[in-house]
Amino acid sequence: MITILRKQRYFIDYTLGTMMRHKGKSLGLLSVYTMIIFMLASVMLFSHAMRSEAVALLADSPEIIVQRIQAGRSVMVPAEYLQRIGKLRGVTEKRGRLWGYYYDPAVKANYTVMVSEQDNLSINDIVIGAGIARTRGLSVGDYLTLRSHEGKAFSFRVVRLLESESELISSDLLLISSVGYRRLFGIDESYYTDLVLSVRNPREIQKIAEKLTRLLPDSRPILRAEILRTYESLFSWRQGVMLILLLGSVLAFVIFAWDKASGLSAEERKEIGILKAVGWETGEVMRMKFWEGVIISLMAFLIGYLAAYLHVFYTSAGLFEPVLKGWSVLYPSFQLTPSVDGLQLATLFFFTVLPYTLATIVPVWRASITDPDLVMR
Amino acid sequence: MLNPAILVLLMVSIIISTMLLVAATFAFRILRHWDIQSGSELQLRLERRTYLVSTLLIWAFLFEFLSLLLFIYNAESLSGQFVGAMCATGVLNLNPWGWPTLFLKIAMFFVSAIWLVLNYLDNRGYDYPLIRFKYALLLLALPLVVAETIVQWLHFTEMEPNLITSCCGTLFSADAQGISAEVSGITPAKSIVTLAISAILVIAAGVWVALRGRSGWLLSIMGAAAFVIALLAIISSISLYIYEHPHHHCPFCILKQGHGYVGYFLYIPLFLATALSLSAGFVSPWRKIVSLSQTVAEMLPVISWLALFFFIQFYLTAAWSVWVSRLTMMEVWW
Amino acid sequence: MLIELTDVRKAFNQGKPNEFWAIQGITTQFEVNRISCLKGASGSGKTTLMSMIGCLSRPTSGRIRLQDRTISSLPERFLTQVRRHTFGFIFQRFNLIPGLSVVENIMLPAYPLGLKASSLRNRADRLLEQFLLADKSDNPVEWLSGGEAQRVAICRALINDPQILIADEPTANLDSRLSREFMALLDELSKSGKTVLISSHDPVVFDSPVVDRVVELEDGVMVAGET
Ligand SMILES: Nc1ncnc2c1ncn2[C@@H]1O[C@H](COP(=O)(O)OP(=O)(O)OP(=O)(O)O)[C@@H](O)[C@H]1O
Ligand SMILES: [Mg+2]
Repeated sequence: MITILRKQRYFIDYTLGTMMRHKGKSLGLLSVYTMIIFMLASVMLFSHAMRSEAVALLADSPEIIVQRIQAGRSVMVPAEYLQRIGKLRGVTEKRGRLWGYYYDPAVKANYTVMVSEQDNLSINDIVIGAGIARTRGLSVGDYLTLRSHEGKAFSFRVVRLLESESELISSDLLLISSVGYRRLFGIDESYYTDLVLSVRNPREIQKIAEKLTRLLPDSRPILRAEILRTYESLFSWRQGVMLILLLGSVLAFVIFAWDKASGLSAEERKEIGILKAVGWETGEVMRMKFWEGVIISLMAFLIGYLAAYLHVFYTSAGLFEPVLKGWSVLYPSFQLTPSVDGLQLATLFFFTVLPYTLATIVPVWRASITDPDLVMR
Repeated sequence: MLNPAILVLLMVSIIISTMLLVAATFAFRILRHWDIQSGSELQLRLERRTYLVSTLLIWAFLFEFLSLLLFIYNAESLSGQFVGAMCATGVLNLNPWGWPTLFLKIAMFFVSAIWLVLNYLDNRGYDYPLIRFKYALLLLALPLVVAETIVQWLHFTEMEPNLITSCCGTLFSADAQGISAEVSGITPAKSIVTLAISAILVIAAGVWVALRGRSGWLLSIMGAAAFVIALLAIISSISLYIYEHPHHHCPFCILKQGHGYVGYFLYIPLFLATALSLSAGFVSPWRKIVSLSQTVAEMLPVISWLALFFFIQFYLTAAWSVWVSRLTMMEVWW
Repeated sequence: MLIELTDVRKAFNQGKPNEFWAIQGITTQFEVNRISCLKGASGSGKTTLMSMIGCLSRPTSGRIRLQDRTISSLPERFLTQVRRHTFGFIFQRFNLIPGLSVVENIMLPAYPLGLKASSLRNRADRLLEQFLLADKSDNPVEWLSGGEAQRVAICRALINDPQILIADEPTANLDSRLSREFMALLDELSKSGKTVLISSHDPVVFDSPVVDRVVELEDGVMVAGET
């Protein structure tokens, strides 16, 4: 047993020496390999982090949202619906929400406007997201003027900026008081945007949703679990699409690796011939080459993954910015919460190390069966 | 379903099938032309090619094993995307292909383990006495792998996001119909006692084989029996203790983080132990071949001790999870 | 140690139009503790025969026995095992690996044996000492002179303590003084119990007094040197 381990150590030593002697070749391969892993890992870490972010946000959203549907479109919900729901068993809290969008022609962007209950805002107060603060150059104490539904200008005093902890969502957010909201959009007291219900026991949610559709035939209950499911499949689908797009580069890499492994110089071939002539066995030469693959893969994986981690979580996926910017003008300079997932690591491993290994098996074998009596000629 | 892990699983299974196809065409050539006595160039070429083919197969089988793990892990994590699925059971229940994929993967795991052990043994006989047997066995493994690829493909492509599935609560419940229900209906007392007896038998067989260096088939039979009994015990009683819930019989929920991933600590040793004991039965018959007798004599005890090591690890983990459980099943036991 | 050849033949490109039988039925024996020399014109099959005896390749037909073990039908895996414990090789072009130091080159054949690093290093140092190379041990091999390179090659051949040394045209790259020195070294080795097999068409070698037996090959058959 110890002999076998020592043997492997000699092989590793030897192959490290060989790699040092052919620095150019090893470095070339290593950097391409690292690039590939960096790219794939960045995509995976990024979309995974986005999903975690979204899921975390949903975690404290209410279990059921009730919208009203009229002629197939969702419309404002009358406040009396709250009374019509009455007391449902299992519902711990129910209330109406007010929110909407505001288009700001000055920066050609949509803001999300929400009514905040907690902040105790007075009619002229406003809390703004960091993205808006940046683009409009606002800070606490400044005034933000919005045009109301009648075309009148409304000035709000910025009382606070939103923490950019989860800037992905809060970047374009405006929080105002309910009076301010109703004035701005001209919505009277008897309407809400939607209703939300909190349910403690998850087993009862389905039942309550059924009761709701019976009580309010023109309503549509949306369950948090449903949104979560949609998010899950949406994000993993997106990831899949991106990976398919990147599969081309993996393939290119495989060809590159195959080429590197089979393009042995006469010098390298002679070296293997010498090893075999002095008593190395074909299997042992393959093992030595196998360690070379392990070392390269390990280094590429570590460096590539680490770089991707830094890229996504510390530079906010800066390289993706130009692509993602198309989504909205107020590109959030968000700090994603670092999260690593085992399944993702395994997937990445299979996507890179497996193709590399396969690409090198045949060339390595070819090199290893070099005739030992070659060196006698 | 276009999920990265699914893409990987499909890709891996297709690659493995291709590798085995390549190996199988070579197997035919071996069966027809192999003649160790000859020094002809054909023979030399064949010998050299065995290095390539066995390397390919070692990798293929390694990836096969990893893909079994990934398959289960992925089924676990997919459960969030389907109505009614709480764990892997729900995902496997989505369509009729889920369970066959799992079973084929498990079967392939055992076949690969046996093949790798045979390959190791054969490479130590100076006249490669098992080469024909080995490659014939490979031809038998090929349909398994191809079937697995096809069934898995169907399983993943026929996954409709809006399917409503039934999960462990209904499948593994004593009131339901079918084998799973019957298994769940076994009383904990009965299953634990059977588990203990099988443990004693398999350990006795293992020690005997290890010390005597022969009759590996004894360990194989006991190992296979212990494997089945262990799975039944997990479903019918051990899982109850882990969930601390008297009616939750699920073989997959124990893989969840909420239970400290204890399932992996149960299944991985159990599968390794079973694979090793099965291969013991494939090693010991070659004791009488001159070029192998010494290797068999050296290998058989190692295999047996290793198998025992993993079996004991499994039994200890199982005992430990029953021990620390706060579930007391008074009325069931006494 | 006795090497016994029975009707050994070797074909290249078998079954193709350019099929060529380099060795055409050689039957002989090589005794223990002797220095035997293969001589013959270029292309007569000396290297081919030695590589078969040294387990570097397998005869197409015929039998080679090493003491009481038939090696001619062993697969490569086992040939290698026999080879590295039994044979040490010295090649015409030294075949040292450039870029490695002298001592690394010497230890190369021992890597697959998985010896303890310190004892392996000791063994290499002792050989270097014996062949007066101790002060060169960490130099890269490119710096060595021809004679030194040859001695390094001998050290490498001896690292696994083989019973038989095979030297294929070992003096082709040496001048006659170095060749004679080389023959003296072989004589010492033979006296210390090694069996030596040399091929050469250099008279310094086959006329040397230390050579016990000369076998002459011509077109793959033995024409002289029966015992
Ligand atoms: N791989 C091969 N394929 C075809 N022919 C070969 C091969 N190897 C050797 N030969 C032929 O076999 C014959 C014997 O070669 P070998 O190297 O044994 O001669 P030699 O006696 O060692 O010659 P020299 O003194 O020049 O080294 C030569 O004619 C050579 O061309
Ligand atoms: Mg020659």
